[in-house]
Amino acid sequence: MQLTEIRVAGFGGQGVILSAIVIGKAASIYENGFATMTQNFGPEARGGACSAQVILSDSPILYPYVTRPDILMVMSQEAYNKFGPELKPNGLLLIEQDLVRVSNISAATRVFSCPATRIAEGLGKRMVLNSVMVGFFGAVSKALGVEALRSAIADSVPSSFKELNLKAFDQGHDFGLNKLTGEPVRRDLEDVMTTINA
Amino acid sequence: MNADPRGVLSGTHFLDGDHACCEGALAAGARFSAGYPITPSTEIVERFSSRIPTVGGTFIQMEDELAASIAIQGAVWGGAKAFTVTSGPGFSLMMEHIGYAVMTETPCVFIDVQRGGPSTGLPTLPAQSDMMQARWGSHGDYSLIALSPNSPQECFDLTITAFNLSERYRTPVMLMMDEVVGHMTEKVVIPEADKIEVEPRRHTKKSPAEFLPYEPAEDGVPEMVHAGEGFRFHVTGLTHDERGYPSMTPQTQDKLVRRLRSKIDGANRQIGLYEAEGLDDAEVVVVSYGITSRVAQRAIELARVRGIRVGKLRLITVWPFPEQLIRTLAKRVTAFVVPELNLGQVVLEIERSAGSHAHTISVPHAGGNVHRPEQILDAILEAAK
Repeated sequence: MQLTEIRVAGFGGQGVILSAIVIGKAASIYENGFATMTQNFGPEARGGACSAQVILSDSPILYPYVTRPDILMVMSQEAYNKFGPELKPNGLLLIEQDLVRVSNISAATRVFSCPATRIAEGLGKRMVLNSVMVGFFGAVSKALGVEALRSAIADSVPSSFKELNLKAFDQGHDFGLNKLTGEPVRRDLEDVMTTINA
Repeated sequence: MNADPRGVLSGTHFLDGDHACCEGALAAGARFSAGYPITPSTEIVERFSSRIPTVGGTFIQMEDELAASIAIQGAVWGGAKAFTVTSGPGFSLMMEHIGYAVMTETPCVFIDVQRGGPSTGLPTLPAQSDMMQARWGSHGDYSLIALSPNSPQECFDLTITAFNLSERYRTPVMLMMDEVVGHMTEKVVIPEADKIEVEPRRHTKKSPAEFLPYEPAEDGVPEMVHAGEGFRFHVTGLTHDERGYPSMTPQTQDKLVRRLRSKIDGANRQIGLYEAEGLDDAEVVVVSYGITSRVAQRAIELARVRGIRVGKLRLITVWPFPEQLIRTLAKRVTAFVVPELNLGQVVLEIERSAGSHAHTISVPHAGGNVHRPEQILDAILEAAK
């Protein structure tokens, strides 16, 4: 596990903080590495863009803050506008496909999109979109093992929602694997905006 | 003795420093807390208030910090282990009662999750600017103990240490956290209860007829009894003799105040916790504590890559100050570099202890963030010139 700086951002209520907790837990508890998670407090964290940062490493983490994320996972346009510019030029950008339009981006950035909200709605609960995104993150970034992430989800959500969140994770993960291999996505999950623009 | 398993949440967790601190208090045996919750310390008592009904104990949200800081002392004299939690503005209000705890030798723990000041300052952002206040904030001559954790794991571990030291020396102990450590989340391992050492109260074995409430044992610390146990005792902030009766003479004052100081200062070796690395051949030593020590570590590594012999001294115990250690080091190093999230507080002690033997370079920061490692590196390079 090389030093990886991750920022997760979106609206308050999308489960941004929980996503970061799951990633940190997977790394530090289930993969025996080190993880430090911080979140933005203060007036800027109330409503609007909500953000959490996780640093993963195989040695103890010293500096606690993320400065130039290697991975940026964003679930709202406002969060993208705010945090997009700080992504490393060759970084990995993961976006909620229907909520974020990417612009002014370095050609070296690898961008992957996932309709996490629609997948979550398909499962009957929009609130599990964060678990979809974490699954998508796991598949595309390969920063952490699937089992570590699944264990961290199972351990972090209320037991009555465990199965649902794991299902959401698996669907996000499958979607990510398909993206990587270029497999066609389900027609109902195609990028609506792209289709319209085309 | 071992910790009471009811309060120990054994296992591997992913917790922030505030929550870890609460678990430390529960593991240490704290069964009473009174507070007037304030950012960035709120999560400690928030968790305590939800955990304590199942563990067995009490949390009271008081009308203000004065009330909170004295309610815990009432609980201690009633037999409980107790603590309160605050940040800058609340810490200021607690000063009078910290002095009361010193004078009445009431074992208790004050947790200050430091934020930027003065006044309401930066409620959600870090500082380490209450360090001198922790040492000197209450009036009169006294010594107390202050510890400074740099990770959620240490927030757990050192909260237990704080309770243990408070019982051992019958003194208020300050746990000087900061907003970053309080709000950062990392892995925290909580051992089984039988692996956690807990200092029991120094309860007297004497009969009520023999017992003198302020008669010191050999180490200068008196034994204790609790209200309602049939002993005659008197708890007062007035200068008192060994019977606990007010005695306003220079002789009683001299004897009492010197004992209150020497029981702490004289035990510096037992109380002092430090993390040292590369001191043997160091030309420059970076002295830091709390969150700043983690940033300093990165700066030290950057400096070593450049061939500079840099040593690290992390103060886990900040008060009592390791005067002798700095004095010894000062004779063989060129300079001390002291980064702090304040405009120069603990650096004054280092300067004083080093005297003319070594330079002392302060790396101040007004708070609101942590240093950039490069700021500390620049000071190391300057010191090594």
